[in-house]
Amino acid sequence: MSDHWLVRPDTIRKLWIGSIVALVLLVATDLWIHHHAHFGLDGTFGFYAWFGFLCCVAMVVGSKVLGAMIKRPDTYYDD
Amino acid sequence: MMTEFPIPPGIILIVAGALLPVLSRDVRNGVILGAPFVTLILIWLIGDGVMLRLSFLEYEIVPVEGDPLARLFATVFAIMAFGGGLFALRQDKTLELTAAFIYAGSAIGVAFAGDLITLFVFWEVMALASTMVIWCAGPAAFGASQRYISIHLFGGVVLMAGIAGEIAATGSADFTAMSPDTPARWMILIGFLINAGAPPLSAWLPDAYPSSTWSGMVFLSAFTTKTAVLVLLRGFPGAEILIFVGLYMVFYGIIYAILENDMRRILAYSIINQVGFMVTGVGIGTAMALNGAAAHAFTHIIYKALLLMSAGSVLYMTGKHKCTDLGGLFRTMPLTTICGIIGALSISSFPLTSGFISKSMISQGAADEHLTYVWFLLMAASAGVFLHAGIKFPWFVFFQKDSGLRPDEPPWNMKLAMVLFSVLCIGLGVMPWPLYEMLPYPVDYVPYTASHVTSMLQLLLFSGLAFFLMLGLLKRTLTISLDFDWFYRGFGKLLASEFSLVSTRAWGVLTARAGRVAQRLIAQVYRHHGPYGILARTWRTGSMAMWTAILLAMYLLVYYLSH
Repeated sequence: MSDHWLVRPDTIRKLWIGSIVALVLLVATDLWIHHHAHFGLDGTFGFYAWFGFLCCVAMVVGSKVLGAMIKRPDTYYDD
Repeated sequence: MMTEFPIPPGIILIVAGALLPVLSRDVRNGVILGAPFVTLILIWLIGDGVMLRLSFLEYEIVPVEGDPLARLFATVFAIMAFGGGLFALRQDKTLELTAAFIYAGSAIGVAFAGDLITLFVFWEVMALASTMVIWCAGPAAFGASQRYISIHLFGGVVLMAGIAGEIAATGSADFTAMSPDTPARWMILIGFLINAGAPPLSAWLPDAYPSSTWSGMVFLSAFTTKTAVLVLLRGFPGAEILIFVGLYMVFYGIIYAILENDMRRILAYSIINQVGFMVTGVGIGTAMALNGAAAHAFTHIIYKALLLMSAGSVLYMTGKHKCTDLGGLFRTMPLTTICGIIGALSISSFPLTSGFISKSMISQGAADEHLTYVWFLLMAASAGVFLHAGIKFPWFVFFQKDSGLRPDEPPWNMKLAMVLFSVLCIGLGVMPWPLYEMLPYPVDYVPYTASHVTSMLQLLLFSGLAFFLMLGLLKRTLTISLDFDWFYRGFGKLLASEFSLVSTRAWGVLTARAGRVAQRLIAQVYRHHGPYGILARTWRTGSMAMWTAILLAMYLLVYYLSH
């Protein structure tokens, strides 16, 4: 049985390629579009791209560390 | 200024809600869909200034006072009552819509409250009505509803004490902008913040809301936290502490949502995250930031309701709510999936959606004031919103893996409610001006510039890249995360069981001692009055006569001696 077209490996590979091209083009727009920098760092090339990426990595890793301490089975409060 | 037509608009919804249980099905549906419209018309008939003035005890109270802020919030509350009512038409528990309409009506009452006493009355009605909404989910929700009402009654007591102190100090019940500079005002601020889901008492929200029915949480998400934002906007604009409280809430919401497995609890944590943005905006306190907080409350109510409608549809059709049980639903629920994605894009502030035109005003406010750390943290949080709600919710519910579930789309009324709210999300994103016109301050902000659009797209799409690269780390587990509520759920139970051990022992000692005392008493009574006791045995007649003679002789003697 062939699954829905959206979840076939071929489609997923094409989605990855398309997304990566889109991301590269999006960063490239920084060559033409001037971002008004308020603080200095936010005017650097591709700031929003790398800042967003690194923040997400930091938040996922941070939540993993916190999770190791505060996670409990979801029956924890049940009697 | 007085009008000839001073009906408090919230009353319409409260009365309509109270009537629902006694109406026939068709009339009931008409009232559910019609009452919010009547309310909306009344809201827009209210001009600026005091509309109704009464006296209560020796104070002047103002149940209806109009201004742009009140109309803005009241409008979205009425829209919410309509959308939620449409979505919940098939809810068998009539009490739920009754409670939800009373809840919505009293939220509108808070919006127009011109004095602290009126505010407090509607505030408490909201707490009771929302608890009733949670009750409608049945016995499984009872514990959560008890914890919910306990926290809100506590918040109400703190608020009440603050209001009493404020009135005693100023002699007036007027509700105007203040700063937290007296203990009474601090108590008012704390009372407001408890309803906003601020730390440390945030856990009531992800505890109680997701335990409501598939339709109940759509209502619950809208009113309590947003009326808190409204009264903070009115009462404490520019209070610096709110910046820190807000930023804490923003990251608390993200971290806990990343760890969460239940789809509606993910959305509950993201309510705290979004309200955090608004609270930060109130703390920044400039016209730009306050406008941003107000606009974001408006757009948030709509896209959060949309997200919860799509989650509610999944729950209604499958009966499942854990990400570990869900996945792959896009095959048979395409409309629900698309509406859920529109809500998810809106909460992430994607260009052309409502979040884009509202949230950015708050970070713009931070940039204008050169609040460096605040701005960078808000940007990091915007990336985090896409991570924890924007992708996580649709991915784990509708895509992820094939769970084997093949549910149909929900009934027409639920689909219509989702489509209407999706249209609102995109409509506000494409045409923000009607919303900007309604804001409390004149708007000097253009959301669609090439720089803003590309920078936001970079931030969001690279967050998306991070999500898919770290998918392994984000795998869902059958877990919950401990929070401050452990102190009254886990630790409290521990204390209670320890106390019951100690008290059982104390009870044993006490009853044993009481038993010994009683036995001794009975033995004594038996000795004197029992069959062989000195006072109960049979006496001979002779000795009786002798004792009588002795007593009489003693009497004579005493008589003679005393004369």
